[in-house]
Amino acid sequence: MAKMSVDDKLGVVRFKVDEHNAHIIVDDTYQNMDEINLLVMACPASLYSYEDGKVAFNYEGCLECGTCRVLSSGKVIKSWSYPRGPLGVEYHQG
Amino acid sequence: MSEEKFDAIIVGGGLAGSAAAYALAKAGLEVAVIERGTSCGSKNVTGGRIYAHSLARLIPDYAETAPLERKIVKERIILMTGTGSTAVEYRDEKLKDDSCASYSVLRAKFDAWLAEKAEAEGALYITGIRVDELMREDGKICGVVADGDSLNADVVLLADGVHSLLAQQIGMKKDLSPHQVGVGVKEVIGLDEKTISDRFGVLPGEGVACLVAGHATGGAAGGGILYTNKNSISIGTVVNIGQIGAGEGLKVPDMIERLKDSPTIAPLIAGGELLEYAAHLVPEGGANMTPELVGDGVLIAGDAAGFVMNLGFTFRGMDLAIESGHLAAQAIIKAKEKGDFSAAGLSEYRTLLDNSFVMRDLKHFRKMPAFMDSPQIYKEIPEVAGEVLGSLFAIDGSAPKKLVKNVTSILKSKMKLTTVIKLASKAMGAM
Repeated sequence: MAKMSVDDKLGVVRFKVDEHNAHIIVDDTYQNMDEINLLVMACPASLYSYEDGKVAFNYEGCLECGTCRVLSSGKVIKSWSYPRGPLGVEYHQG
Repeated sequence: MSEEKFDAIIVGGGLAGSAAAYALAKAGLEVAVIERGTSCGSKNVTGGRIYAHSLARLIPDYAETAPLERKIVKERIILMTGTGSTAVEYRDEKLKDDSCASYSVLRAKFDAWLAEKAEAEGALYITGIRVDELMREDGKICGVVADGDSLNADVVLLADGVHSLLAQQIGMKKDLSPHQVGVGVKEVIGLDEKTISDRFGVLPGEGVACLVAGHATGGAAGGGILYTNKNSISIGTVVNIGQIGAGEGLKVPDMIERLKDSPTIAPLIAGGELLEYAAHLVPEGGANMTPELVGDGVLIAGDAAGFVMNLGFTFRGMDLAIESGHLAAQAIIKAKEKGDFSAAGLSEYRTLLDNSFVMRDLKHFRKMPAFMDSPQIYKEIPEVAGEVLGSLFAIDGSAPKKLVKNVTSILKSKMKLTTVIKLASKAMGAM
């Protein structure tokens, strides 16, 4: 199979994006690099990065696994909930 | 929403929730299932394979209508290194017996089917609505708040999945710690039916389950999975969240790429088309993470209760989910007969679970999570297996070595003898 980037893989997944509310709020000023790197490594959708001295996160491609919640609640993660129904990821295989 | 009061509200239309809804509706109770996804299954992911025994008790003729992908007739355990793999394969006609039948499934279809079954018995499904909190009156749970509306019931069954934020809200479940859960990443790869049967050496309708330890997770505790569906292959990795960064320190999304790129797996999925990419958490703490299962007006079932077993040679979760939902329904039916939905009135659930395979098997394998933490399973053991077999099969004209002496020297080069003995004894204790 041809190699695909995580972004390309997310392109195959169906989402109903909540345009108004982010269901995960990160503390973008958080600075403990060990914690930040852990999220960068852990997120299956590669949605976490560290750019220009800040934590960058895009909730739109979130697969709702909650790995970041388990790893970093109260640290990088300020608040975490599932998206409002029926928004967010929509699996057609599962 | 109306002022109506349900006998039971079930949060989550997955397998535990819909199994309970089916049994409750069949017994004539007024039951509502609230599911945050557009449809049941649309937020759910399995590896996956379901062992059908508990479904067969709930719906004896399930096989006639359930969207089963393939009956699993072959089990393959693969120990993978960077260059190759050592596999054990088991097949026996016994695996086809109804009594121990297992099937590959895809949750979007499978959960929707079970929900339809429950709906046909009279359960009310409210989809596309997220339950935000539980309502409490005089200390007893008496309903839910969803999207700003309140909905009342004598009892609420939490079948809201691995995080169960609701069980945490009411203090019945501690927050998950990283070592109690694995993150599963899965791709569903489309391939035509005949190609899959040919590549895996099975007849139409038959399928294979593979578990892979080693190379893919880069030494971190976890592994690969592969299940054949009718027209697709489910392939993925699961790694314990507490192990992320361990071993070679691979990124989670890179692990599945390693698995797919490996010489063992690549030819099996060649020419396939990615149909879906998914991620979900898997409870891995076994009996050591069971929350309080019963409270005043509330019960917990399925993944929310941590009812999953990672046994190394197989995963089980969906059979436990269905059984726990079924048993929760039986306890609720009894509580209704008594008119007592307090924790005492619902305590039959705990008894039923204790007497069922769910708690029996979770307890039987309670030392398994500690064994599965052993780093050697994911690096040294696959390497030893590879080197031993390599010394037998890679014939280059050099002098052969005495087998026992050779195995001992390869083992010693990878692990201390005391580590080997400890590992073997841990494995015996865990099984």
